[in-house]
Order: sequence, then C-alpha cells, then structure tokens
Amino acid sequence: MHDLFFYLFAGLTLLCGCLVVANPFSRNPVTSAMFLVLTIVSLAGLFVLLHAFFLAAVQVLVYAGAVMVLFLFVIMLLDLKEEARRKFKTASVAAGVVSVGALGALTTKTVWTSGVGQGLTPQTDGATGALGRMLFTQYLLPFEIVSVLLLVAMVGVILLSKKDLR
Amino acid sequence: MTVGLEHYLVVSVGLFCLGVLGVIVRRNLLVIYMSLELMLNAANLALVAFSRYHNDLNGQVLVFFIITVAAAEVAVGLALIVALYRKRQSAHVEDLATMKF
Repeated sequence: MHDLFFYLFAGLTLLCGCLVVANPFSRNPVTSAMFLVLTIVSLAGLFVLLHAFFLAAVQVLVYAGAVMVLFLFVIMLLDLKEEARRKFKTASVAAGVVSVGALGALTTKTVWTSGVGQGLTPQTDGATGALGRMLFTQYLLPFEIVSVLLLVAMVGVILLSKKDLR
Repeated sequence: MTVGLEHYLVVSVGLFCLGVLGVIVRRNLLVIYMSLELMLNAANLALVAFSRYHNDLNGQVLVFFIITVAAAEVAVGLALIVALYRKRQSAHVEDLATMKF
C-alpha cells in the first residue's frame, strides 16, 4: 500500500516537474506555475509518506499557498504577451538535454548502487512535538535569525518596488 | 522491491535534473525562477528522506529553514524581476544579456 502511494506520488511529481519545464502545448508561464503548484502538492504527499507531517503541512501552506500565489501575482502584473516564438536554437537545447541527462543518469546510477539505504529501518514517527522542541531549544538562534531575515526581506521588497527612491 | 531510501533519492535526483534543464533551456525569466524552486524542492525531498531513514530529526529542521529562506528569496527575487521589467520592458533572457544601461 505504501509502495503504491509512493509510485503514484513520485510519478505525479516527476510528470508535473516535466510539464513545468517543457510543456509541449503552451509556452505560457501561467501553465508552468500551475504545474509547479501540482508538483509541490505531490511532494507534500511524499513528505506524508515519509512521516514528516508538519513539513507536509508547511509545504502546502507556505510553498503552494504563499510562494506560488506571489509568483502568479507577478506573472499577472507583468502581463507578458504570449511570447512571440523566437528563433528556436535546436542545437543548444539538444546540448542542454544531453548534458543534463548525462548528469542525471550518472547521479542516479551512483545513488542506486551505492547501498546508502542498506540496513536502515525507518522508525521516527510524526514527531511534530519533537521537531518543535528542537526548534525552540537547539535551533533557537537560527529560528530568531530567520525571523529577522523575513523582516529584512519584506523591507527590501518594499524598497525595491518603489518607483522613485524618495 | 520495497521502497527504500534509494527510491526517494532517485526521485530527488530526477526532480533536480529537471530543474537544471529548466534553467538551461527556457528563455523566460519567470520560468527560469520556477525551475530554481524545483531544485530547492528536490533538495528538500532528499533531506526529509535521509532524516526518516536515519532516524534523525535534524534533516527536518533544516528543511523547515530552507522553506522559510526560499520564501524570502522568492519575494526578493520577484521584486527584482519586476524592477528589471520596468526598466527593460522585457522578461526574455536574450534581451537582458547586457549589463549596459
């Protein structure tokens, strides 16, 4: 049962990831954004299978719910005309696909035959409480710094989107 | 074959390669940025898989921080893209190939 769900979610993730990057039907960035949302949601499904329930919820809330909405706002704001097909350099695209394919094949083979997962039995359960405890005791400093980072990012974004710096 | 750590890692590698492909092949600035997010998500998946199979919660804590920092980065990056679009009236990488004003 667990295996069936894994193959389902993994297949969905990879398919939607493919459609983000290379959609044969539409070059509209909105379509890519929609498929990225689907990729993120299926990744949250994979997180649930890995018993990381809190992270699955955070992934859907933050990534799919905030980051992708921001992306869509900006895509709508820029109002890009359906990009007029520029000269499509087949050679460079083929070179890109071949090199990334080679990289992927090499890494996959290495990971598959490296015996990383031998003799490992997963035992951690949901552990949202334990995660929270770790965040507030052992990782307290990074936690506070990340909140300052968010404040700084917000101020930076407001400044960057001003029309005149006055 | 029961699903093990290697299966999750292969999915993560595949997703990462798709992200790299997107950055290399696509010419629209926003789609390039979305492929970047795809790469970050692939790394998150690898971290959570390792955390589960090694019974160590540090991986999940790191993913929490990565998600937060990625959200801040997306906000700033998109603000930059909007400012650039206002200046150059184009979101196509070939039009933005020069640093000259």
